[in-house]
Amino acid sequence: MDAFLHQVLAGLATGGIYASLALALVMIYQATHLVNFAQGEMAMFATYFAWSLINAGVPYWPAFLLTVVFAFVLGVVIERVIIRPVENSPVLAVVVVFIALLVILNSVAGWIYSYTIKSFPSPFPAEPIFGKYMSAHEGGAIGVTLVVLLLLYAFFRFTPLGLALRAAAQNPESARLVGIRVGWMLALGWGLAAAVGGVAGMMVAPIVYLDPNMMGGVLLYAFAAALVGGIDNPAGAVFGGFLVGVLENVLGAFVIGNELKLAVALVLIIGVLVVKPSGFFGKVFVTRV
Amino acid sequence: MSRRQLTMLAIVLLAACALPFLVSDYRTFQFTLALVYAIALLGLNLLTGYNGQISLGHGAFYAIGAYCAAILMDQYGLPYWATLPIAAVVCLVAGFLFGLPALRLEGLYLALATFALGVSLPALLKYHHLEKWTGGVQGIVINKPEAPFGLPINADQWLYFFTLAVAVLMFVLAWNLLRGRIGRAMVAIRDQHIAAEAMGVNTAMVKSLAFGVSAMYTGVAGALGAIAIQYVAPDSFNFFLSIVFLVGIVVGGLASISGAIYGALFIQFVPNIADEISRAAPWAIFGIFLLGFVYLMPMGVAGAVRMAVARLSRMAQNRQHST
Amino acid sequence: MKLIAIAALLAAALASPAALAQKKYDPGATDKIIKIGNTNPYSGPASAYGTIGKTIGAYWKMVNEKGGINGRMVDWVSYDDGYSPPKTVEMARKLVEQDRVLLLFQTLGTPPNTAIHKYMNSKKVPQSFVATGATKWNDARNFPWTMGWQPNYQTEGRIYAEHILKNNPKAKIGVLYQNDDYGKDYLKGFKDGLGDKAASMIVKEVSYEVTDPTVDSQIVQLQASGADTFFNITTPKFAAQAIRKAHDTGWKPMHYLNNVSTSIAGVLKPAGLEKSVGVISTQYYKDPNDDQWKNDPAVLEWKAFMKKYYPEGNVADNANIYAYAVAQTMHQVLKQAGDNLTRANVMKQAASLQGYRPEGLLPGIRINTGANDYAPIESEQLIRFDGQQWERFGPIIGK
Repeated sequence: MDAFLHQVLAGLATGGIYASLALALVMIYQATHLVNFAQGEMAMFATYFAWSLINAGVPYWPAFLLTVVFAFVLGVVIERVIIRPVENSPVLAVVVVFIALLVILNSVAGWIYSYTIKSFPSPFPAEPIFGKYMSAHEGGAIGVTLVVLLLLYAFFRFTPLGLALRAAAQNPESARLVGIRVGWMLALGWGLAAAVGGVAGMMVAPIVYLDPNMMGGVLLYAFAAALVGGIDNPAGAVFGGFLVGVLENVLGAFVIGNELKLAVALVLIIGVLVVKPSGFFGKVFVTRV
Repeated sequence: MSRRQLTMLAIVLLAACALPFLVSDYRTFQFTLALVYAIALLGLNLLTGYNGQISLGHGAFYAIGAYCAAILMDQYGLPYWATLPIAAVVCLVAGFLFGLPALRLEGLYLALATFALGVSLPALLKYHHLEKWTGGVQGIVINKPEAPFGLPINADQWLYFFTLAVAVLMFVLAWNLLRGRIGRAMVAIRDQHIAAEAMGVNTAMVKSLAFGVSAMYTGVAGALGAIAIQYVAPDSFNFFLSIVFLVGIVVGGLASISGAIYGALFIQFVPNIADEISRAAPWAIFGIFLLGFVYLMPMGVAGAVRMAVARLSRMAQNRQHST
Repeated sequence: MKLIAIAALLAAALASPAALAQKKYDPGATDKIIKIGNTNPYSGPASAYGTIGKTIGAYWKMVNEKGGINGRMVDWVSYDDGYSPPKTVEMARKLVEQDRVLLLFQTLGTPPNTAIHKYMNSKKVPQSFVATGATKWNDARNFPWTMGWQPNYQTEGRIYAEHILKNNPKAKIGVLYQNDDYGKDYLKGFKDGLGDKAASMIVKEVSYEVTDPTVDSQIVQLQASGADTFFNITTPKFAAQAIRKAHDTGWKPMHYLNNVSTSIAGVLKPAGLEKSVGVISTQYYKDPNDDQWKNDPAVLEWKAFMKKYYPEGNVADNANIYAYAVAQTMHQVLKQAGDNLTRANVMKQAASLQGYRPEGLLPGIRINTGANDYAPIESEQLIRFDGQQWERFGPIIGK
């Protein structure tokens, strides 16, 4: 029983990693109805920026805030410069652009920072909480993800800007008629998603260590998490993240062995898409003829 | 096809046949690989370009075809040419089976599902219960076929011709398929899913079939690739392979048979060029190339060629009329 | 009669120096240059190891600035294969058939090297000092053109097994291994070393993929199995995670770490120096960030080299001092070949190293090769981490 509980808690800890990246994925989807395959690499890049600051002597929290701003600006710039030209192109062209972005960011990060792993500091104390089951950082990371989720929820629900963002994504034509600058809303959405991704990266790096391929493995699980929870529902994405983390750990430890953990993600993704495409909490879209 | 198109085709084929005698063995080997990729890209294009179903996991079918060939040659002693039909059938079935649940998925969701397939397949290949057949992490080494009947050409050249013959056959089959009823149904489903259904097209059947045929093409390519490289291992078929295939059809030109060839040449030769431009970040150069193509040549090389040809012929016509 | 004899003797005397001074070249070698080929993963999942190719390139730059090898400049041609065997095949063929290099040196990775193994031997081009610890490269009879360099993984696994049998015969062992040839090779050596007690002593074996974000779940599984000894077969990033998690969960096993991940700056510091106390491993070269070598001439020489010729390289990365030592070995072989730069002679020289020591190796360890001994380094020493340094203990094991 002890082992099972331990696996579940470890699963929640890794699940926190997936949840934070899934949150960024859902953000982009909500703003643009696109799935950004380069989300992990953008997060990784922002984390390296933070690392450079901290290495240069900037204390943690100021570096954290500067990185969030940097990530936000990066997201806006990417949207305006790289995504804008293909906005009205078929889906495939957009996917290819994302892939190109993924590859470029990964390669440039490796070139600038080399591939040796680097430690990334944690703002949380070093003693474990929950006995020896979960480190304070892992618990803190989960907490930060939940806080970000709440902030996003409040932003979208209660602020006019959030409303404008949602309108621009759901119905660009009508939004334009009402005077919303749809173009800038998209850029804003990207900026926010990139900022969320940057936070995710900074929370993940102390656990998995910082290297250019840090987010590679996480991305698939984050996709699974976002789908399971409902690709357009941020809370669902976070829930999905924890679910995927726990399932992966428990199944890997007790049922199918560690070799097939990725296959679990595969089955989850296909299963959800086939049985209930809107995930647990997403909205069901009905296409009318 | 017009007479001019047929002559062009004949010239290209003649050049292709002369190639191994004009260049080194190493280049012949590279062109053999390019032909292999062309078959794989044709398969992916059938599915994505003509039928509108995005696949980010076609590397998986390539791997299945490759392992089929390797296992049959290594464990059952089958001659290399006999492995191709078997790999074709296995992948046809595998693709069809994957296509069935994929029926309910559209656009990005399908992309995601196939992405998951592409990422998780290497892990499955390493699964220790399957090690007896797949060779696990060690992979399988196979022998290169020599020219038969004592023909005076070396192994590299023979393999090139063999691959060329298979490629021509597959291309002719695809062209035939696309011209016929199923081909039109595929395109109709891509453009106007609901209207096609309303008009009586059995979309479920056609879509699953498209998946199966597409997988079959890529699987045959995988088998040929395994024979050319003489080695299969899980590391050869990671997620990047699926990405490279996707890049190939976008650069080459969606919904275009000639696009498969342009795309194959791109993915075979451009990474080497990128490596020479920047040792430090070759994939970054590749990515920039990619962006360039998407922004400047969204119809791919095939589209650009088509436009150039159209413009040239219009210019020729105008000149004719103005005299 | 006598005149003919004298004439014959004179002719022989005149002919010999000319014969001795005769230069012999295979493609890739001339009076002015020696062309050496290589493939390394500069991109893709194994790109961390790409620094090895860069260090070696910098080494040749240094050698050229100092006059080259026997007056010839080294032309280093290194291509990216992304750790993908098909790409390695293509690049190897390019190097041999198009660039016409004299030999391939330090091609990296077991699957990439396996893919070109047969090709290199059929083309009779040296596949020298490959950058992998797999055991299969020591096969002079069947593959006379392929040679490894570092102590192979199975030998190392056996060393740990013997240590456990001697010091803790009732141990309950848990193993974590990377699910690829590297991990499985270590495991095989380890199990062979335990002999028929392997099945009873190893209570849990878990694997991980390089795509896994963390190995925390695996460590938890090992702890739950009741193991009191831990054989840790992981690459640096996962080794750091494993050491940290094993400590944080309160599981304090007897910890054996494979020597791929012993870097103090690259693994133990990120894991936490206090958490790494007591870890046992083996080593055959000097960790440049270990204080005990602070004033060692070989380490200082290497640090100066890095500063001048590869300043963007990471001095915390042990792979870079490894690369320096193996480059020195190749340098020695080519120097020994003199003006006879045929591929056969290069292999012959590589197989005639007796007691050669690149000074980056630990004291007491030397390189020995022979016509039937294609394993240059076969000795290692056990080391234990005391929180600051790797303390060597016991004898030099192996030959």
